[in-house]
Amino acid sequence: MDSYYRENILDHYKNPRNFGKLNKPTAGLKLFNSACGDVISMEVKTETASSSGKTIADIKFQGEGCAVSMASASLLTAYAKGKKITDILSLGTEDVLKLLGINLTPSRLKCALLPLETLQKTLLQIKNGNSNK
Amino acid sequence: MFNISKIRKDFPILKRKINGKPLVYLDNAATTQKPQTVIDSLVDYYTYHNANIHRGIHTLAEEATAMHEEARSKIAKFIGAKSTKEIVFVRNSTEAINLVAYSWGRSFLKKGDAIILSESEHHSNIVPWQILAKEKKIKLYFIPVKDDGKLDLDYFKKIFTPQVKLVSLVHISNVLGTINPVEEIGELAHEVGALFLVDAAQSVPRMPVNVRKLDCDFLAVSGHKMLGPTGIGFLYAKEEILSSMPPFLGGGDMIREVYLDHSEWNELPFKFEAGTPNIADAIALGTAVDYLEKIGMENIFRHEKKLTDFALRRLGKLSYLSIYGPKTVENKTGVISFSVKGIHPHDVAQLLDQEAVAIRSGFHCAMPLHQKLQMPSTCRASFYVYNTTEDIDRLVEGLDKAVKIFQ
Repeated sequence: MDSYYRENILDHYKNPRNFGKLNKPTAGLKLFNSACGDVISMEVKTETASSSGKTIADIKFQGEGCAVSMASASLLTAYAKGKKITDILSLGTEDVLKLLGINLTPSRLKCALLPLETLQKTLLQIKNGNSNK
Repeated sequence: MFNISKIRKDFPILKRKINGKPLVYLDNAATTQKPQTVIDSLVDYYTYHNANIHRGIHTLAEEATAMHEEARSKIAKFIGAKSTKEIVFVRNSTEAINLVAYSWGRSFLKKGDAIILSESEHHSNIVPWQILAKEKKIKLYFIPVKDDGKLDLDYFKKIFTPQVKLVSLVHISNVLGTINPVEEIGELAHEVGALFLVDAAQSVPRMPVNVRKLDCDFLAVSGHKMLGPTGIGFLYAKEEILSSMPPFLGGGDMIREVYLDHSEWNELPFKFEAGTPNIADAIALGTAVDYLEKIGMENIFRHEKKLTDFALRRLGKLSYLSIYGPKTVENKTGVISFSVKGIHPHDVAQLLDQEAVAIRSGFHCAMPLHQKLQMPSTCRASFYVYNTTEDIDRLVEGLDKAVKIFQ
C-alpha cells in the first residue's frame, strides 16, 4: 500500500501543482481515457530562447482522475516548466515512473501516462505550427 | 442443503493468498471462479475423450459427440427449453446477441422499423443494434432509467408503436443489480407483435430462469459468469424463430449438403454452429450446470439476496460512501455499485487489492447508464455462491483503511 500511495503522490494529488488555466496559452489540449473516465487538459505558454529553441515558460493542467493520474500530471508539469520542448517530447514511460517514484501494473500505467500524452500532443501542435498563435 | 463451508472447499482458487492475505473475490459480475469439478471436466475431456465431433465413426469421436450433446441437453433442461434444438452454442452472451442482430435483424427488419432497448444495457446489448440500425435505417428507442435504478415503464408504454419489432432488455443490470420486470415487458412486446430478447448474462447465474415462464423469444447467456469456462455461452431461441432465420456464419458442420453453386443448411441447432465448436468448454459448462443444480438455483438466489441485503446495510452505514441504484434488495440482487468520497474508484480498487479484496472499478461496460445517472466511474462489488458475510466485513475493513490513507 505504502509503495503505491507514498506521501509524495498523495501530496501531489491533494495539492496539485500548476492546477488551473493559463491566460493566453500558446496551445492547449484535452484528452480522455474512455476506459476509466479520466480527463486531463494541458495548457502551455512557450517562449523562444536564443539558440536552443522554444522552452516552456508556463504550464497549467486541469482534470479529474485517480491519484496516480493527478499526481503524474502535477509532477510532470512541475518538471516541464522551463524545459525545452524537445526535451519533453523525448520523455517516455520510464521517465514518468521515475517522477512518480513507483512501479505500476499495466492497467494503472495508462492512468500515469495520460498527462504525458496530453502534454506531448500539445507541444507537437506548437512544434508543427498548429497552435493558437 | 446450502452448506457454505462445503461449497467454498469446491473452489481451489479461494485458497489463494494475495499480498499474504486470503483472497476475497467480489468481482463475480465480471466472471466467476470455477469449482474443481469444472476444472476436472476440462482435464478429463482432453485426457481421455478428445476428438472432433459429429462426423467421426471412431470411439473417441462418438464419445466426444455424446458428451457435447449431453451438455446441450443439460442446458436446455436447466432453462426450461422445449428441446435441444433451441440451444445454440456461442462464445458468450455478446456473440449470442450479435447472432440475433446479424441473422434475424438483417433478414426481417426494414427501414422505419424500431427496436426498444433500455438505458441500463451493457454495451453488448447496444452496439450490435447500433450497427444494425445504421445499416438497415431502423430506429432505436431507449427505456429511461429512473434515479432509483428502475425502468420508466410509463414512458416505455408511450414509445410502443407497431413499428417496434424487437424489445431487447437486460434481466439483471450488471451495474445496479436491478432485477427488471421482464415478464411484464415481454407481454407488452408480444401484444404489438414484437419479439423479446432477454440479456440474461447476470440472471441465469444467480436466479431460477425458465424461458417458457418468461415467454422470451431469445435469451443470451455467458458460461463463464456461471462457473463455466470462458469462451462458451449459449443463445436460446424459440424453435420456429430459429428455423426462419438464415445462418450466422457459413462453413463446416452447419450444412447438410454442399454443391459448388449452393448449399443446404443443417438441422437446428447445428445450422448456427459453423466450424469445429468449443467442445471441451461446452462439456465443462454442462458440468457447471450440474453443480448449480445440485445446490439449487432457489438456494443460490436466496444466499445472494441475503448477502446483498447484509452488504447494503453495512455499506449504507459508511458516511463516506454512496450507493447507486436500489438501496434495498427488493428487485435487486448480487451487484452493488458505489463511490467513496474523495477517492477515485481506481485508487479504491488498488487499495482494496492490497488487502486481497478484488472488486471492479470503471464504467462496467455501461457508459450510457453512468451518463444518465450522472455517475462518475464507480466501484462495483458483486457476489456469488461462495461469498460470505465475512467477505463483506473484509470489504468494509479495506474501505475504512483506504479512507484513512487518503485523509
